[in-house]
Amino acid sequence: MNPDEFVLSMLVNNESGVLTRVSGLFARRGFNIDSLSVGVTQDPKLSRITISASGDDYIKNQILRQLEKLHDVKIVEIMPNNGTVLRELVLIKLNIAHKDRAGLMEAVAVFRAKVVDFTNDSVTLEITGERSKCDAFVEYLRPFGIAELCRTGLTAISRGSKTLKYK
Amino acid sequence: MNISGAGTVIRVLIEEGVNTVFGYPGGAVLDIYDELYKHSEQINHITTCHEQGAAHAADAYARVSGKVGVVIATSGPGATNLVTGIANAYLDSTPLVAITGNVSCSSIGKDSFQEVDITGVTMPITKHNFIVKDVTRLADTLREAFAIARKGRPGPVLVDIPKDIQKSFCAYQPKKPQRPTYRNENGKEDFAKAVKLIKACKRPFIYAGGGTLVSGASQKLLALAEKIDAPIGSSMMGLTAVRHDHPRFLGMTGMHGKYAAIQSMARADLIIAVGTRFSDRATGNKTEFIRGKKVIHIDIDPSEISKNIPAFVSLIGDVKVVLSELVEELPAIQRESWAAELDAIRNSPDSRLKMPENSLNPETAIRAINKKADPQTVVCTDVGQHQMWVAQYYNFSRPRGFVTSGGLGTMGFGMGAAMGACLADNGRKTLLFTSDGSFHMNMNEMATAVSHQLPIIIVMMNNNALGMVRQWQTLFFGKRYAHTSLGRKTDYVKLADAFGLKGCRVSSLPELEPAIEQAFAAKGPFLLELIIDQDDKVLPMIPPDGTVSDIILEV
Repeated sequence: MNPDEFVLSMLVNNESGVLTRVSGLFARRGFNIDSLSVGVTQDPKLSRITISASGDDYIKNQILRQLEKLHDVKIVEIMPNNGTVLRELVLIKLNIAHKDRAGLMEAVAVFRAKVVDFTNDSVTLEITGERSKCDAFVEYLRPFGIAELCRTGLTAISRGSKTLKYK
Repeated sequence: MNISGAGTVIRVLIEEGVNTVFGYPGGAVLDIYDELYKHSEQINHITTCHEQGAAHAADAYARVSGKVGVVIATSGPGATNLVTGIANAYLDSTPLVAITGNVSCSSIGKDSFQEVDITGVTMPITKHNFIVKDVTRLADTLREAFAIARKGRPGPVLVDIPKDIQKSFCAYQPKKPQRPTYRNENGKEDFAKAVKLIKACKRPFIYAGGGTLVSGASQKLLALAEKIDAPIGSSMMGLTAVRHDHPRFLGMTGMHGKYAAIQSMARADLIIAVGTRFSDRATGNKTEFIRGKKVIHIDIDPSEISKNIPAFVSLIGDVKVVLSELVEELPAIQRESWAAELDAIRNSPDSRLKMPENSLNPETAIRAINKKADPQTVVCTDVGQHQMWVAQYYNFSRPRGFVTSGGLGTMGFGMGAAMGACLADNGRKTLLFTSDGSFHMNMNEMATAVSHQLPIIIVMMNNNALGMVRQWQTLFFGKRYAHTSLGRKTDYVKLADAFGLKGCRVSSLPELEPAIEQAFAAKGPFLLELIIDQDDKVLPMIPPDGTVSDIILEV
């Protein structure tokens, strides 16, 4: 990650419109979202949003304080650089014939990616990992001709017993 | 007992202590209005001419009374007409609950007649908003709306209620309203840092904003000033927190502030900011503003700390609670050389900018009206030059007695606001200062003021121009008066007559006194038109993004 990049985790009410409130706040205050992922938690009343963003300490502080003011945001934290497991999932489709696939399977093995679909004229791969690993894999595949690429955005969880909890 | 959603709305309003609401009926709120009809003895509903007027009235009602203002509008255009009023309340942190009707749940999302996604529209200008799609959630949602509007930094909350929800029935259990209570949550070490700064500084300046009024912290603010021997200045929103004639009070600071307040703030080495957000109109160039100074920022909203001006020390919380603690922690300090310096600034010839005393002009007019009015009279304004003149020349004596559109700068705020302020002040005589530009925007509300015989004196300064924009064109655009010379032929006295109120026109100083007498003697609303010069300026002026050294004292 770049030095000014950071990852926010938050617990929000699992209701319609909450994502708009969060993303709208970023838009109207001029903060950038690099990636965003969201899903329901073990408590069906709560969703967890992970946002990777960038900015200096001023922006970081403003993002936190402004998000804390949203009624639907129960807690928001910046995930520490050390002690956080960061993961992203990428699906990549390559529309290439068998004869052009030399080296591809080797890369799949080296990057510990997975083949999720395999036809005569296409291969679809899945890779999970930190962003740098996913980026490296995508760069390696570029010369093969990427037909389609989907990234989930980062999700993050603390190492050890620490969890995101609100009072 | 099972009652309808519409009935629930009224019951929760009564629970929350609401006895006055503003609004405008329509198809999607018919059920709510039917309940208002049945409960007219408990809730007084004021029907305005336009929903914007109702929103501004509810906003001003909240500012003067300290209660939550309530406005009701129908779906679609009714709801969108509230938008400016809600944004105004948001920017000035006024507690407001806006209730809108919407089409039935099954018709939502189908571009039905008078359907608008008002929660989507108002998301950036409300503290929070709700759409209620389950009648069993309605009562608690409305209660929560009131709680959110009041809590912490106040603000507007919108509750959108589809028509079928208003018609559905469910059980209703009365509940006691939630009133926020505040206690100090800052640690000893935070206060120790503030105390250290205050002891070490040589020229402290207390800068009070609107939060001082919300919190009712005027006495604590003065106690702080006395203890550390510091002057007080205020933002426009903070006017009335301290009496105009208090020896510690230097007046409003900022773009059109009082010379003494601006200069003293610029010379200060420590600013103790209380319930304020350092708006660009208050600071000018932010880098220059903060040069050679440290800031202690006291506010209930943590996001305001270091948002516009970096704070050296921050104390988060209700400002009254924080100030009480801070005053306790501080030793009494005397600062003779700072006091002498302040006296010199106050006595400087530049502090005595005056308009001529022998002509009809904004200053002579405001001072004459001020003299006639009771010190407790609530003063409202619209937006523009007249607003600044009132902020500069009117002698405010009553906390919450000045109702003006600060953050949003909403021309057209005044008429609605004056009605809300008047009702919040138990129908006492209320002053509205406005101008031909602002007044033309929402003057339809004269009809409402007449219907309810609200004793509002509308002081309309007519310069046949958009004066503030014209002033900028004079100073910064080479006197190219693009579309600010109005050239209107409106006869305001006849207009007042047509609306059913009395009015008179004053075009010279000798006519002023008798006209003021007539205005104050009127039972209902009265329109006092004052003809002023197009080139009267609001001075002093610090140009936008400018500094104290750029101050314009004469043109």
